[in-house]
Amino acid sequence: MSVFDRAYDDPVRVLDEDGEVVGDVPDLDDEALVDIYRHMRLARHFDGRAVSLQRQGRMGTYPPLSGQEGAQIGSATALAEDDWMVPSYREHGAALVRGLPLKQTLLYWMGHEAGNEAPEGVNVFPVAVPIASQVPHATGASWASKLRGTDEAFLCYFGDGATSEGDFHEGVNFAGVFDTPTVFFCNNNQWAISVPRERQTRSATLAQKAEAYGIDGVQVDGMDPLAVYSVTTAALEKARDPEADRPRPTLIEAIQYRFGAHTTADDPTVYRDDDEVERWKAKDPIPRLEAYLRAEGILDDERVAEIGTAVEERVADAIDEAEAVARPAPSELFEHAYAELPPELARQREAFAAFRETHGDEAFLEE
Amino acid sequence: MSDTQNLTVVQAVRDGLYSEMREDDDVLVLGQDVGKNGGVFRATEGLFDEFGGDRVVDTPLAESGIVGCAVGMAAMGLRPVPEIQFSGFMYPGFDQIVSHMARFRARSRGRFTLPLTLRAPYGGGIRAPEHHSESKEAFYAHEAGLKVVIPSTPYDAKGLLAASIRDPDPVIFLEPKLIYRAFRDEVPEEPYTVPIGEAATRREGDDVAVFTYGAMTRPTLEAAETLAEEGIECEVVDLRTVSPLDREAIIDAFERTGRAVVVHEAPKTGGLAGEITAIVQEEALLYQEAPVKRVTGFDVPYPLYALEDYYLPTATRIEEGIREAVEF
Repeated sequence: MSVFDRAYDDPVRVLDEDGEVVGDVPDLDDEALVDIYRHMRLARHFDGRAVSLQRQGRMGTYPPLSGQEGAQIGSATALAEDDWMVPSYREHGAALVRGLPLKQTLLYWMGHEAGNEAPEGVNVFPVAVPIASQVPHATGASWASKLRGTDEAFLCYFGDGATSEGDFHEGVNFAGVFDTPTVFFCNNNQWAISVPRERQTRSATLAQKAEAYGIDGVQVDGMDPLAVYSVTTAALEKARDPEADRPRPTLIEAIQYRFGAHTTADDPTVYRDDDEVERWKAKDPIPRLEAYLRAEGILDDERVAEIGTAVEERVADAIDEAEAVARPAPSELFEHAYAELPPELARQREAFAAFRETHGDEAFLEE
Repeated sequence: MSDTQNLTVVQAVRDGLYSEMREDDDVLVLGQDVGKNGGVFRATEGLFDEFGGDRVVDTPLAESGIVGCAVGMAAMGLRPVPEIQFSGFMYPGFDQIVSHMARFRARSRGRFTLPLTLRAPYGGGIRAPEHHSESKEAFYAHEAGLKVVIPSTPYDAKGLLAASIRDPDPVIFLEPKLIYRAFRDEVPEEPYTVPIGEAATRREGDDVAVFTYGAMTRPTLEAAETLAEEGIECEVVDLRTVSPLDREAIIDAFERTGRAVVVHEAPKTGGLAGEITAIVQEEALLYQEAPVKRVTGFDVPYPLYALEDYYLPTATRIEEGIREAVEF
């Protein structure tokens, strides 16, 4: 039986909360398993440091991901080299698996446009802030890969709140109609800022919304990275295969929880209680996978400590690199709006340069 | 000299799509009823048979989906030409237009560019139902990252559409449906482009510069001919692109005449006429001999058609506006 034939409310699971095997462990070698663990540790540590940078005034508003590493790392690990990911704005962990340097993510949230410029060869779309608006992009981009016969798959991330937006429905509907190689990955973290999951829809699951569009829908324990890896791998394989005997697109609902705030500008204690947070923290993806890997003899105290040290160093280095980047040249303001500067914009740039020449940067930077 | 065909505006749009699709396999058309039906105005007639359903795509009825999918396609290097059936139905796709179409290049520092041309019939005068007659070009001209093109002749319709499709940046291509079939023009069979951002002088005159575009070009020229009989010679400038505006052409015509009238069917407040007025104020104040006169639609919701003749500028209203500017 295919993983897509199960009931919508029967999430795929591999490890339970204690790391005991309760499903089919995916076929990954030891180092690949350790990589998933390492990336989750990296994402978690990065997240803590990023929140702390914001608190110290060294970074702007930032959306934390703690609690969601299993979904992000498990799914991004399933991507093939030529596949693409289309993020919303919280997928820093998935992006780092894809090869986006941590420094870029830091720069973006430090207000540098350059943070969004993924290096060539890093198949990551830029951050999309308006909720669900990236969903039709993923459909269109994967449609292009189908039309060209290259058949790369596109993995599109969004949250539970996004499933209420028109763009979610339009994008998934187009994918169904045109049978595009798209995997829609819903990070159902239970809260859209302060609005709970049950306020988004009366549907018992988000996965079942796939039914309306004639595509496959499946729930997965989003805090179980191995389950997420398995189900995303199956969905991506089906997406890439023009001869697939099922619809190429899939909607995955990954059940999870955001441990922290929506962004650093949000105070979740206003709308949810500590007991709830504690209940979900018991499902933390990191100790779960660690317990399994220790039981399998793949990790031990020494290796875990090594990974911890390496993670701390890597994040510290990325912060140093990002903070060493100078403020962009003010003339950058005028770059990239168009391929070629229209005459009026060229005049605005000249006037801006002349004003700066006369008055200096202090004329812009006064309090 | 290549062969020409005698085409209407909408036939020239269709011919422009046809020749660009022949030139470049990456060009594809998507929208509602654009396939077998050939478009509700026949702008895509015959393209489905010629190029097949993968390149002439009937989509679900969802404007945001159409624009959003086109954004994704263009980001991957295709040159999609989505059609929104009437410009009054662009608003469900407005977020995609302003949040993504306009910003993808800047957001990704040029890694992703969107060679995308969004076509929509626009404007009034065809006795259409509610929401089918508005002129909202100013919305799009206000948005950095977009270009906004409005042809007024069959020759320009084909050439500007080709230039838009070949442009590396996204273009909003608004087609004045009042003149879709109003007259014919000799249009070369060969592909050609008309540059974006260049106005065309439709009539020369020394007394007053009249700036207009789209369907208002014809009544403006009619008014100019009537006034010529009275000895008032109008320079009529068809802007053809409303973003970026051809500032040089505007300033040049104004400096030679010292008087300006702007004609558009869009509402007055916040319309392009205000921008053109500001340009002549900034650049040529000392040439100015009269207040700039705006002949425009009114600041009311576009009326149902029993009253649309009273809403749209007519040759007589335009004449009156020009007289005011000349006689000041």
